[in-house]
Amino acid sequence: MIRTQGLTKRFRHVLAVDALDLDVREGDVYGFLGANGSGKTTTVRMLLGLVLATSGTIEVLGRSMPRGAREVLPQVGSLVEGPAAYSHLSGRANLALFDAMGPSGPRATRAGRVDDALERVGLGGVDRRPVRAYSLGMRQRLGLALALLRQPRLLVLDEPTNGLDPQGIREVRDLLLELNAAGTTVFLSSHLLAEVGHLSTRVGVLDGGRMVVQEELAVLLQPTGRVVVTTPDPEAARALLDGRVDLVDGQRLFVRDGDPAELNARLVAGGVPVTALAEERRTLEDVVLEASRPGSDRWSRA
Amino acid sequence: MIAVELRKMLVSRRTWVTILLIDALPTLVAILLAVTDLGPRPGTGPAFLSAVMTDGTLFPLAALAIVLPLFLPIAVALTAGDAIAGEGQAGTLRYVLVRPVGRTRLLVAKLAAVMAFVVVTVLVVAATAYVVGILLLGQEDLTTGTTSISGSTMSSRELVLRTLLALAYAMLCMLGVASIALFLSTMTDSPLGAAMGSLAILIASTLLLTLEAADPLKPYLLTRHWLAFVDLFRDPILWRDVVRGSVLQLVYVVVFLAAGWANFTTKDVTV
Repeated sequence: MIRTQGLTKRFRHVLAVDALDLDVREGDVYGFLGANGSGKTTTVRMLLGLVLATSGTIEVLGRSMPRGAREVLPQVGSLVEGPAAYSHLSGRANLALFDAMGPSGPRATRAGRVDDALERVGLGGVDRRPVRAYSLGMRQRLGLALALLRQPRLLVLDEPTNGLDPQGIREVRDLLLELNAAGTTVFLSSHLLAEVGHLSTRVGVLDGGRMVVQEELAVLLQPTGRVVVTTPDPEAARALLDGRVDLVDGQRLFVRDGDPAELNARLVAGGVPVTALAEERRTLEDVVLEASRPGSDRWSRA
Repeated sequence: MIAVELRKMLVSRRTWVTILLIDALPTLVAILLAVTDLGPRPGTGPAFLSAVMTDGTLFPLAALAIVLPLFLPIAVALTAGDAIAGEGQAGTLRYVLVRPVGRTRLLVAKLAAVMAFVVVTVLVVAATAYVVGILLLGQEDLTTGTTSISGSTMSSRELVLRTLLALAYAMLCMLGVASIALFLSTMTDSPLGAAMGSLAILIASTLLLTLEAADPLKPYLLTRHWLAFVDLFRDPILWRDVVRGSVLQLVYVVVFLAAGWANFTTKDVTV
């Protein structure tokens, strides 16, 4: 769905995106992670033809961008760096206005499209107040409605849950999963690890304009091969397991090449009480922090 | 896209407030004239104003002559300066472009909306002035025809024809302003900056025209021949300045639209 090769953008002296090879497949929920200033938004803007690449190629929905914009963009819904609307008009009037721009469906069904989109994002009953009077969360929902207006094959969303309360975040998450289940590919750019962790099937991590990790989420988070045993008597457990323990951290022992079932049986047989036993898994946070340097909005003394 | 931009322009409250403000000045002038009965002597003051005292139906022309040199270009500079930069500042530019609306198409639509704004303004001003003129200043017996600036009489038909010509000329002058403001609007992210830049050019041009030392520059100044539309009401019509003015405006339009187009179509939209 999205494929870039050697995608590079240089703003005067700043290298914002550096030789990026992005690969988003059909049906993915692709989590695009990176610290503030790592080049996420610039990449999103290049995918949509707003910013022109310095070098490299972009292919979206099988066509080269920005040359194929007229064919590609009608099938793409997007939310770029926060929602925006004509603030003196109502949400409904805004969507109708945007619907009339560019290639779009017949005019007769416009009101229906607008209502559907508003319904999907939970603004179905919104009144005629101007967008100026909307809360941050309502604006965010309106932005999503705009992205969904044409039932896109691909959604490119930059921080879609920004400004929403926990309830709203859950709703948006469910909506995206529902759309994905119905066949929409979702490209989700975010710095919120939890959001991406909950939604994504594949993850790309951007650091200083370079892609440092691009992998299936399941692969990144697969077991490390160690087992974590929690016991009130770590010394006894250590003696029993003899040499297989990598690390003791309070009541927790990190045990190498263990089959949890075998380990459990052995500990119980040896009379060591076990309060918890689980395969060790890396968290998304571990993956991202390991691959990235300190945040780019941090300017510490050398 | 032109239809969308027209709709945006027509539903915007700012459009109508601006038109109302522009319309207020000639109306005030009419009231003052009617109350005091003190018209400027023939040949002085804004064009046509002395003739208005005897014939209220001429007031639309006088009203346009009042509005054209200053109010209208300011409004055009503000509107056209806001065209691209304003959408950028509101954040809507990126969502318009990804609909997708082609950048060239967007520029054309914006220019069309600005010119439509000028037409609506001119129509509102002329209509108001016609009503106000007849009500406050009275009507001359139409059978005698209207007196031209040169003193001879014109038939009503000729007057209408010349008025249309004058309006076309004024539109061309406004197109010149719009082109400059639109160009600046693609250059900056600040609508205010674009409008102020265009106003600065207008004011500089007007100022330099009064300066003898600027003589070599004068033939090329934007506002040089703006008032030449008055010549269209002489008998016979004095074409020289109107033609020069038209050519000059066309050059401004072509140069600045081309520059604006070249800049906007290759620009990184980061707002």
